[in-house]
Amino acid sequence: MKILVKRSHEEEPQGYEVDFENVTLLTILNHVKTKVDPTLTYSQGCRSGVCGSCAVRVNGREVLMCEYKPRDGDLVEPMRNASVIRDLVVESSAVERFNRMANTWSEASREGNVSEEAMHGIETQSDCILCTACYSACPVYAVNPDFIGPFALTRVWRYVSDPRQSQSDAKIAAIQTSGIWDCTLCGECVPVCPQGIAPKQDITMLRTKSSMLGYMDPNMSFGGGLDFGSPMF
Amino acid sequence: MAKVLIIGGGGAGLVSALSAHEAGAEVVVMTKTLPTRSQTSMAQGGMNAVLGEGDSVANHIADTLKSSAGLGNEKQIAFMCENALDAVRWCNTMGLPFSRDASGEIARRRLGGASAPRACYAQDYTGLKLLHTLYDQCLKAGITFLNERFLLNIIVDEQSNRALGATCLNIPTGDVEEIRAESVILATGGYGALYGRHSTNSVGSTGDGIAAAIRAGARLADLEFIQFHPTALKSSSILISESARGAGGFLLNAKEERFTDELGPRDVVARAIHDEIVSGGAVYLDIRHLGEKFIAHELPQERKLAQIYEGIDPVHDLIPIKPAAHYSMGGIEVNNECMTSVSGLFAVGECANHKTHGANRLGGNSLLELVVFGRHCGKNAAEFGENKAASALENNQITKDTNYVNEVMSFSNQIDFYEKQETLAEVFYTNVGLVRDNSGLNAALDVISQIKKELPLMGPKDKSKICNTNLVEFIEFGNKIELSEIIAISAINRSESRGAHYRGDVPARDDALFGAHTITWKEDGVLCTNLMK
Repeated sequence: MKILVKRSHEEEPQGYEVDFENVTLLTILNHVKTKVDPTLTYSQGCRSGVCGSCAVRVNGREVLMCEYKPRDGDLVEPMRNASVIRDLVVESSAVERFNRMANTWSEASREGNVSEEAMHGIETQSDCILCTACYSACPVYAVNPDFIGPFALTRVWRYVSDPRQSQSDAKIAAIQTSGIWDCTLCGECVPVCPQGIAPKQDITMLRTKSSMLGYMDPNMSFGGGLDFGSPMF
Repeated sequence: MAKVLIIGGGGAGLVSALSAHEAGAEVVVMTKTLPTRSQTSMAQGGMNAVLGEGDSVANHIADTLKSSAGLGNEKQIAFMCENALDAVRWCNTMGLPFSRDASGEIARRRLGGASAPRACYAQDYTGLKLLHTLYDQCLKAGITFLNERFLLNIIVDEQSNRALGATCLNIPTGDVEEIRAESVILATGGYGALYGRHSTNSVGSTGDGIAAAIRAGARLADLEFIQFHPTALKSSSILISESARGAGGFLLNAKEERFTDELGPRDVVARAIHDEIVSGGAVYLDIRHLGEKFIAHELPQERKLAQIYEGIDPVHDLIPIKPAAHYSMGGIEVNNECMTSVSGLFAVGECANHKTHGANRLGGNSLLELVVFGRHCGKNAAEFGENKAASALENNQITKDTNYVNEVMSFSNQIDFYEKQETLAEVFYTNVGLVRDNSGLNAALDVISQIKKELPLMGPKDKSKICNTNLVEFIEFGNKIELSEIIAISAINRSESRGAHYRGDVPARDDALFGAHTITWKEDGVLCTNLMK
């Protein structure tokens, strides 16, 4: 099987011929690095889909290398919306930057009993591993590089809808600019999430919550009226 | 305001960061990847604490002490267990989304060696959710992160035996940097990755902080004690949590018969599995009878991993398993303030030896340890820095390390270090694994000595300055070699069996001769070792 990898020093992807079947892409790249080409550069960690280190794009779609089993001719490329440091390693400051912008943390979580059902509501959102697959897949960054974006907004919803939280108004205020209203609801972030999270849905919930608190969609107030949040690209 | 440098952004590092920040220090966390990518994300089972009736702190202490096989310190264990409830409540107030029981209280499950269900959990993602919750709190506190900095050495003033900071390789730029601080906390995790494909650990668990500590003059304790998790997937060593057995999973041999108490302490269960594999060829974990609904909700991660790595669905199939290196009980020796034998150098979590796990750790006690001792360590490091400001002493560590990196880049590359790394892992799994003996251990030591001599004939083949992971992996390999020698020597000297250290040639425990800690340190580069109470 031949795997093509986009390297940072060359225009054309580099091909590696390997004799493997039914193994993960990470297993293959580890074989290449340790036996064939030690200069091939990528990130890895847990090998089991929880550390979020090894996200790349295969044939244009975001995957975790430790979960994806490649086919002959697959093209492996670095994530989008971040500058490439080398080969498949990209600059990673977006995680910290957007989480800080969106105040993605607990303000104060009350003690006391909470029902199983109430906690189920944030189970999936808190499965996030910050692999940034959703961020790479998001088309909004092409027009707004400051967009708070899918992983951070899901994280906001995770805290806002936590049954133990009491103070969420400041969090809602923090995501009005370059936040929930900048999302086009195109849904590109949903199928790429390795943890089955649907940021688009969480953003929709945050919009509803914002409307209930009196916030309005700024796109609507400019008199356009025809933009129903459909993608403009 | 004192500056505290924390090396390592896993659970122990982030808890210490929050605690040092709360105590008024300026905190900098340096990590070799990103905080949320650390080993803590892989912890599944839970965090032990006594919450309800039918259990007691005394029982938690007794279980932990018993499992430690004479090497646990009763005071340290009591400190951990008495603070457990507070630790869990603290995590809850930060927003850790614990699973709940029918009454709405934090749900608990029973793990091996525990006399009651006391592991508080968040599905099978306890470590992941704890780590991310801590990271979010660190962002809230405004803590500074220096990511992708690979630790090279601790900067120590030799005259005063005082830690002054650390040097690191900035991986993206390839530059050697120094970071000065009033106190330094090592929270760099364990050394399980030296078992290579026979370890459940992240590839980054290479013991960098422990190796740097002994080079800096600190003492290490009990490095021969390495826990093998009973149930890792057979072909990949990926962990299947003890919670699968806690929920009622069975261990079956090649004849599909049960052969041991599934909820015994890990060392006992792992050896029973090892013996069955040797005699019968295979061992399986069977959770089919738990039902699809339960597996899908309580063990979603296990199911997914078994499907990817073994190509089987645990709802319908047996899971092929083997024991794999999982946790380093040994580590940097610390006192009850979490300080090492170097003044101002602290250590916490898996890289440290708090003498709470002794010869064998109980499931659910490592997350607990990192929260309880992380809070303690961060505060102590902040106070130490506040009371004893480090003067801006001249130190040439950064020059030495810059020269070292340059030198390594010009190593001759006649021998492939990745190949030697695999050899080391195989020899360790076979000879320094679950069942050891004198001749096997000495053979392992010979292999290590040979590799050590050959290191200058190896080196990175990649000559890039920018983001050279080949270089990082070679220096990590050097750390593995440094620690593997200490582990082998400690295991040879301990001519008895105790907890996770089982000697086939001396199967009995010998308290009269070996009821003490193996302490190792370096004097002028020479490894010294002694048994000390």
